[in-house]
Amino acid sequence: MQHTMIALVENKPGVLNRVASLFRRRNFNIESLAVGQTENPEISRMTIVVEGRPEDTARIEANLYNLVNIIDVQDVTGQPVIARDLALIKVKAEPKLRAEVSALAEIFRARVVDVAPESLILEITGTEDKIESLVELLRPFGVLEMVRTGQVAMLRGGAIGVRHMPGANGRDA
Amino acid sequence: MKKTGAEVLWESLIREGVEVMFGLPGGQIIPAFDAMLNYPQLHFVLVRHEQGAAMMADGYARASGKVGVAVATSGPGATNLVTGIDVAMMDSSPVVFITGQVPSNLLGTDAFQEVDMTGISLPITKHNFLITSPDQVAHAVREAFYIARSGRPGPVLIDFCKDAQVAKTEVLESSDVHLFGYHPPTHAPAVQLEQAAELIRTAKQPVIFAGHGVMISGAVEEVRKFAERTNIPVAMTLLGLGALSSSHPLSLGMMGMHGTAHCNLAIQQSDLIIALGMRFDDRVTGNLKNYAPNARKIHVEIDPTEINKIIHADVALMGDVKTVLKDLDSRIPNAKHEEWLNQIKEWKQDSQQRDILVQPTNGKLHVPQIVNDIWKATKGEALIVTDVGQHQMWTAQYYPPENPYSFITSGGAGSMGFGLPAAIGAKFAQPGREVWAIVGDGGFQMTQAELSTAAQENIEIKIAIMNNHFLGMVRQWQEFFFEKRYSAVQLKNPDFCMIAEAHGIPSRRVLKPDEIHAAVEFARATRGPVLLDFHVEQEEAVYPMVPPGADLHAMIRRPIQDEKG
Ligand SMILES: Cc1ncc(C[n+]2csc(CCOP(=O)(O)OP(=O)(O)O)c2C)c(N)n1
Repeated sequence: MQHTMIALVENKPGVLNRVASLFRRRNFNIESLAVGQTENPEISRMTIVVEGRPEDTARIEANLYNLVNIIDVQDVTGQPVIARDLALIKVKAEPKLRAEVSALAEIFRARVVDVAPESLILEITGTEDKIESLVELLRPFGVLEMVRTGQVAMLRGGAIGVRHMPGANGRDA
Repeated sequence: MKKTGAEVLWESLIREGVEVMFGLPGGQIIPAFDAMLNYPQLHFVLVRHEQGAAMMADGYARASGKVGVAVATSGPGATNLVTGIDVAMMDSSPVVFITGQVPSNLLGTDAFQEVDMTGISLPITKHNFLITSPDQVAHAVREAFYIARSGRPGPVLIDFCKDAQVAKTEVLESSDVHLFGYHPPTHAPAVQLEQAAELIRTAKQPVIFAGHGVMISGAVEEVRKFAERTNIPVAMTLLGLGALSSSHPLSLGMMGMHGTAHCNLAIQQSDLIIALGMRFDDRVTGNLKNYAPNARKIHVEIDPTEINKIIHADVALMGDVKTVLKDLDSRIPNAKHEEWLNQIKEWKQDSQQRDILVQPTNGKLHVPQIVNDIWKATKGEALIVTDVGQHQMWTAQYYPPENPYSFITSGGAGSMGFGLPAAIGAKFAQPGREVWAIVGDGGFQMTQAELSTAAQENIEIKIAIMNNHFLGMVRQWQEFFFEKRYSAVQLKNPDFCMIAEAHGIPSRRVLKPDEIHAAVEFARATRGPVLLDFHVEQEEAVYPMVPPGADLHAMIRRPIQDEKG
């Protein structure tokens, strides 16, 4: 089963390397990993998607938490989250097929961001499922190139998924 | 006032309480060594190979409970530390490693003797730092020491660019540790404590497991009192030896592959395991599918990543062993467990009957006998350091320590070459104690160069080489599991007494059992380093032995010999 974890990490050189090295050393498999800034310039946020059993993800969480530069980790799987992935897809589309591809894009609220004589680039944000459905429909036209950012996630509502402060993860007494 | 990065380094170390360091200089750390001359209160032990420095610092840390320090230059100096860093990591030993690095403007250019040491050490350190500016030094040292010794201890590496050693800074001290993401657990929640207490109250055949964590958290007294009050026997891991005095009636001795038979049998029959500060290494469990099949498990552990890593914990108490035991105490009534203890007593009698020490002798030298003689001469109170192999297991079996912090060995990494340098480090930590390095002829030669260091420092350690002219433990595996096809295990050794002599180190060669006693006393009376070369029975096996991957109770036992022998 897929698990989504959110981690807040100190924005220091080498932190990504530490996380990657941990996953390799412990033989955990990452499906996707997205890193970026947060509202606080000293803190970055990672969204990590892994495939595994719940016991495995508990171990991954504990291992991540053990890294000195990781401030908090939360497994948000099964919680009400907004999860988004962004994809750029270059599709083969001769002029006579452009309208058909654009119409498909429209249904998925994807945008055409580049038009070339023989191809289009579509931009889509959404859940992984949604993006995959679009990709499936575009395949017959010929997907020339695709890039995806990996999932980013945030808890719905007022709840803060990850804490910037000590004692995170409910591990404090 | 401004000071150089190098000056801030040494002053920070002094502030952390450092008195002794081990290492060897080189180009990228020369400025630091130059500044060191201004701090005569720091004793620097010059080694012959950086691996020796790492293992001395580790031995020092384990014998003192303080943080050990090893210093090396960049490139090859730094990579020579690697085995020692791994040893410290695997055994949760607090050591701070300081390595020189090329000037920061040359980082990443394959400059002379540049190596990516923070990259290399990443998976074998608890944390590491790259210092590119003198402003970072005070904070890095403060944090490094704090991380190394707190929570589950471990090695921390500081890679120190040469320009940052030379440049000046106004940041001379770091008062506070700012680590947002580092909060080792201390107390276990009440709910879990109650669940654990309930399991303990109702158990009929419980066993306490005492691991290294008992000693690290300083919980030896708590464990003894808890065991005595509840009459629960205590099994120890290799690194947990000493957590309960070996002569204590509740001591089961060592568990695992070469553990005592009655200990392993008790574990397999138990209905509750109370594991304190240990991690269920495969050398401890044997085949997991049949491991203590009827036992519930309570796992007390400060490192959350150890919980449910190998065995499923029915109750996990995440926290410091000492704190958790204190919190548990009032929830648990006294108990007797008579039947259970009687059953164990029976198993123990069988173990004793098979003991090599009560078997008829063949006139040859046997390691158990030598170790037992050292035990008797020192009343079990010396500080024992071993190398890795058969002699290590025999020492664990026949020099069961009476006191905690008395048995130092490379457990998790099982690194040959550890014994001699770790003993040197341990003696620096405990100058008042008698320190023995019990080593194999193979492992000894891996770090034999440190004999020069021992001689140069005139450090009083007693080196006992168990010279069987084999890589004994590998030979035993080949004997048991590969039809005695001996492959690359035979050693043609130098004359170790002549090697000692070349260093000005007194020595004795021992060939017969009746010479052991005098040799041990000769070593004990010698001030400064001394070496004993015991020529022992070449093809002897360590018993009992749980074959790798077999069930813990499926031990190969020493055959009981008849009188004709
Ligand atoms: C650095 C290192 N290399 C190889 C091994 C594998 N190994 C484990 S025990 C052993 C034999 C040790 O022989 P010796 O030092 O003579 O001790 P003995 O077993 O004979 O007591 C070997 C080669 C190891 N543990 N460490």
